[in-house]
Amino acid sequence: MQSSPSDVLIIGSGAVGAAVAFFCAKAGLSVRVVDKGRPGGGTSSRCEGNLLVSDKEHGPELDLANYSLGLWRGELAEFAHLWEFENKGGIIVASQESSMASLQRALQVQRQHGIEVEEIDVPGLKELEPNVTDQAVGAAFYPDDCQVMPMLLTAHLLRMAREAGAELLFDTEVTGMVRTGDQIQGVRTSQGTYYAQTVINAAGPWGAEVAELAGVNVPVGPRRGYVLVTEPLPPMVFRKVYAAEYIDNVGSSEEGLQASPVVEGTQAGSILIGSSRERVGFDHTLNPEALQMIARNAIALFPFLQETRILRHYFGFRPYSPDHVPVIGPDPRVPGLWHACGHEGAGIGLSVGTGKLIAQALTGEQTDIELGPFSPARFDTAAVPEGQEVP
Amino acid sequence: MADTENTYEVAVIGAGPAGLAAASEAAAGGAHTVLIDAAGQFGGQYWRHADEQSSSEDPAVWHHGWKTYTGLASAVDDAISAGKLQYLPASHVIAAEAGSPFSLSIAPVPESQPEHQGLTQIRAHTVVLCPGAYDRQLPVPGWTLPGVMAAGGIQAFIKTQGISPGQRVVLGGTGPFLLSAAASVLQAGAEVAAICESSDLTGWVPRGVSAALVPSKGKEGAEYIALLARHRVPYFRRRAVVAIHGDQRATAVSTARLNRDGKALPGTERIIEDVDLVGLGWGFVPQSELVVQLGAQMFRDADGSLVAEVDKDQQSSVPGLYLAGEITGVAGATAAVAEGRIAGRQVAGLRGGGRPPRSSADIKDRVLRRNHRLFAQAMHRAHPLPQQWPEWLTDETVICRCEEVPWQKTKEAIDSLSAEEPRGLKGATRIGMGWCQGRMCGQAADCLASSDSADVAQAVARRGPAIPVSLRALAGESGRESS
Ligand SMILES: Cc1cc2nc3c(=O)[nH]c(=O)nc-3n(C[C@H](O)[C@H](O)[C@H](O)COP(=O)(O)OP(=O)(O)OC[C@H]3O[C@@H](n4cnc5c(N)ncnc54)[C@H](O)[C@@H]3O)c2cc1C
Ligand SMILES: Cc1cc2nc3c(=O)[nH]c(=O)nc-3n(C[C@H](O)[C@H](O)[C@H](O)COP(=O)(O)OP(=O)(O)OC[C@H]3O[C@@H](n4cnc5c(N)ncnc54)[C@H](O)[C@@H]3O)c2cc1C
Repeated sequence: MQSSPSDVLIIGSGAVGAAVAFFCAKAGLSVRVVDKGRPGGGTSSRCEGNLLVSDKEHGPELDLANYSLGLWRGELAEFAHLWEFENKGGIIVASQESSMASLQRALQVQRQHGIEVEEIDVPGLKELEPNVTDQAVGAAFYPDDCQVMPMLLTAHLLRMAREAGAELLFDTEVTGMVRTGDQIQGVRTSQGTYYAQTVINAAGPWGAEVAELAGVNVPVGPRRGYVLVTEPLPPMVFRKVYAAEYIDNVGSSEEGLQASPVVEGTQAGSILIGSSRERVGFDHTLNPEALQMIARNAIALFPFLQETRILRHYFGFRPYSPDHVPVIGPDPRVPGLWHACGHEGAGIGLSVGTGKLIAQALTGEQTDIELGPFSPARFDTAAVPEGQEVP
Repeated sequence: MADTENTYEVAVIGAGPAGLAAASEAAAGGAHTVLIDAAGQFGGQYWRHADEQSSSEDPAVWHHGWKTYTGLASAVDDAISAGKLQYLPASHVIAAEAGSPFSLSIAPVPESQPEHQGLTQIRAHTVVLCPGAYDRQLPVPGWTLPGVMAAGGIQAFIKTQGISPGQRVVLGGTGPFLLSAAASVLQAGAEVAAICESSDLTGWVPRGVSAALVPSKGKEGAEYIALLARHRVPYFRRRAVVAIHGDQRATAVSTARLNRDGKALPGTERIIEDVDLVGLGWGFVPQSELVVQLGAQMFRDADGSLVAEVDKDQQSSVPGLYLAGEITGVAGATAAVAEGRIAGRQVAGLRGGGRPPRSSADIKDRVLRRNHRLFAQAMHRAHPLPQQWPEWLTDETVICRCEEVPWQKTKEAIDSLSAEEPRGLKGATRIGMGWCQGRMCGQAADCLASSDSADVAQAVARRGPAIPVSLRALAGESGRESS
């Protein structure tokens, strides 16, 4: 039996796909989500849930972060408890005069772009984080940094999308596009063909693979990150605390291993210590060096951690986009195909903004912020074989 | 890389029945061998015994097959004295990487070596991994009360302390191990108020043949039954401990007769009062972390456990990685010893290139292995988990003890959050995210979030490090050569 075509078909049920599904279903569109694995089983269940403004450079990503923050606190506030939303605030600690100087430079730029931030001195820092290193020379406090529990977020967004009429299909891998001429008409999957007005690529780090099925280049690929989870402790770390070097790593494109500590307590008592960055493809073998680097950095920031035990480490693949700007919106090269991927290390925080903007654009509304800077048009055009079905 | 002091021909992980057997054979065959074990002395789970330094008691009284143990232990001791084998006690392999050579990251077990910090790296051309198993648990109302232990935990306590952790004990669950645990309790001078075996044991009858293959098991069983009869221990079939009662600690249990699906039959509930210890045992879970890390092919055994495939020489799908003991399927100590010997001879024999010749001892071990495996398969089929055990739960029953996740919340996640497989369930509820990393609640999660696939179980077992390790240790030694 042929299933009826939907207005939108979303490939991927991670945080981004789930948010797109939620906002589209809420806007009255008929929605179908397909995922090759289980709900949210990709990067969105192998990450952390920081919603940061503090690590963003000015530009489109910061605009999207601010826009998303407004949604988290506004339109979505009624659900905050479901995904354990917490407005914790973040602290960036500088342990050397040189990094303090770069932090101060960053602060100035951030202030100009409306980020709320206070410079704090060492006694002020110790008041907020009594267990932080004595090496600290200064710090900055970001009251707007928040967190959510990513797996609960994804699960509840999917639930609410389903309750608003969306159909969710798991263990269903998209293997090809159905097209007439240039126009994408739907997808072929391991479980059959599904037609849709619009197909949305929300495949996270597999974004390039899915785009390729439509014959276009969207250079979004995996950037691996490890996180360490400690034994549960009484509260020792009160905000999200990270080292000034972190900001540089986020913005870099380095292939080699980098790590900078982001240390935060969780409601369950465990401390999460993130994270490394390395571009090694979808490599599943253990890199002890990454663990070592994270451990060293974390101890430097919080010396008490050296006697703390790690219960677990895990890794995920961030959807890395070469210019650090997510890919959102219609693909001018293939009518009927939209993208919502490449959010790298911020896809949890940016998911809701992405979802809402896409729903607005699809229903012909004026989008709350310009989608232009996120457009896949910025990538070089790969020739699309004319009138041909791409397998 | 040339062989340095940290590179061995053979690394044996685990010094239980399987590991001791493997290490003694490998060293006897001339291989430069290291034996690594998390415990401070030989024995593993099965031959766990009091601290040899401080106890004057003869451990033989608590153990079956103690002569086999002393034989293996002295062979290994001799190999150590002869400089053929290096023994690293109180050392936990927290990570393993396949390759030629294999690379193992070892953390000191903190309690026993406070002064020694940092990870050590060891390389080995072949690895014989014998990590054993731990108790399989199912939640039941009241199971988090003090005075409730795993049946295996009770036996381990008695084997090391020589006394019973409770004076009036109820044992519940399934499998012949309940008898073994009861025997230990009786031997330690405490009372067994009841044994509740959830299975009706009819499963054994058509497969009596397999039992006949293993006379030693029959003899052990007969001894247990005689002991229980002498102490007039009430033994119930198709009955389970469905709730444990008490304020500060367990003082009573409710038992109920089960129907074929494992549902408690109304009107059959009985309360046993004045209990101070409840032991629950639902079989064993092989310790799979390192095997999963190393990427060996795995499958679900007859008892539902995730176990690894091995060929007739105990080699896994990863070349150079040999496995012996419970990790190839829970089959008891005799099978573990036979497998360990086969693997040990094989890895030593292969050093010269070519096939090692079969000795008569080796052929005997292969027969022993076959018979015990058949016996174990029959045993697993005769002792299934009662399918409907979740029916025993109340909304407040804690499923995951570390994260204190109640049944109510678990049900909601399964029903409304599409959390119908273990990883999804974990994400939606935190089941398995705490201290034990799912070692205690893993079986429950696996049953609740129904999935038969080995892939799913493997994804859940993919947890590193294999035990908690301090950040200081992680920060210490690098896992990779820097030069
Ligand atoms: C260590 C680490 C820490 C992080 N910390 C944070 C943080 O603190 N804050 C933050 O905001 N972000 C963080 N991130 C980033 C964040 O996790 C990602 O940006 C986000 O999860 C991406 O979501 P997604 O929905 O795009 O991708 P995913 O969650 O990966 O979802 C993509 C889905 O697409 C499916 N799929 C792929 N190909 C196909 C196909 N052909 N057919 C069908 N389905 C397909 C996959 O199965 C998958 O479920 C972190 C990431 C890592 C690795
Ligand atoms: C509590 C208990 C009671 C049992 N009672 C009986 C019984 O009465 N009759 C019977 O036939 N069978 C019994 N069994 C089963 C029996 O113990 C096993 O068949 C047998 O011990 C298996 O031997 P093994 O060598 O595979 O594992 P084990 O004896 O469990 O030995 C494994 C060893 O490996 C070590 N180890 C594991 N992982 C690592 C690592 N990463 N790094 C370093 N060291 C590691 C452990 O510390 C342990 O010392 C029992 C099992 C348990 C758990």
